[in-house]
Amino acid sequence: MSEEDFDGGVVKKFMYVNRKAPYGTIYALEVLEMVLISAAFDQDVHLAFLDDGVFQIKKGQTPANIGVKNFSPTFRALEGYDIEKLFVEKESLEERGLTEADLLVPVEVISRADMGKLMAEMDVILTA
Amino acid sequence: MSILHTVNKSPFERVNLDSCLGHAQDGDLVLLIEDGVFAALNGTSLAGRIATEAKRLKLYVLTADLEARGLDPANVVAGVEKADYGTYVDLAAEASAVHAWL
Repeated sequence: MSEEDFDGGVVKKFMYVNRKAPYGTIYALEVLEMVLISAAFDQDVHLAFLDDGVFQIKKGQTPANIGVKNFSPTFRALEGYDIEKLFVEKESLEERGLTEADLLVPVEVISRADMGKLMAEMDVILTA
Repeated sequence: MSILHTVNKSPFERVNLDSCLGHAQDGDLVLLIEDGVFAALNGTSLAGRIATEAKRLKLYVLTADLEARGLDPANVVAGVEKADYGTYVDLAAEASAVHAWL
């Protein structure tokens, strides 16, 4: 499919919902790969972080001693792909003793109730 | 002799830690590793229970797994001891058995 096919094409509201901690499983990294790919398709991309997903954007990750790559800086690069709609659930932060100041990217912190309403506005939702 | 229990799942997502704590005998050792380290943090919804369990169990957390996740080893619940890989080996060698709660 050529790039022209997307000109004037339908723009859908996409939401990628991150619910897993990084490193313990491969889900977080795989979703991030998916988000980067989606940046090429000029869609209206939203990222949500809830439950253990909030740990993905915790500052100061240094996984060298457990032998895996630190992929957290990639979240700061999303801005360069025009992916700037990042939402974090307030209750999920609080349950884990975290605050907005612990996060490595600018985000909008919203309540669980508002997160639910935001999800209701989406055309496509992918959760992992 | 006491058993060394290892827990590698997040307490906010799975019941592994809950089940482990429900079965561990007084004086047993519990080592939090991988995503299990989240249970060791101060200020979480779980911190009170961990502090209580630390009075009857020997609780440890693997420092490398805290640091990997950007978590400060100084910010763990009082009574939870920091362990490196060498300590992990020592604890396993001294225990009568190792029970990995996968």
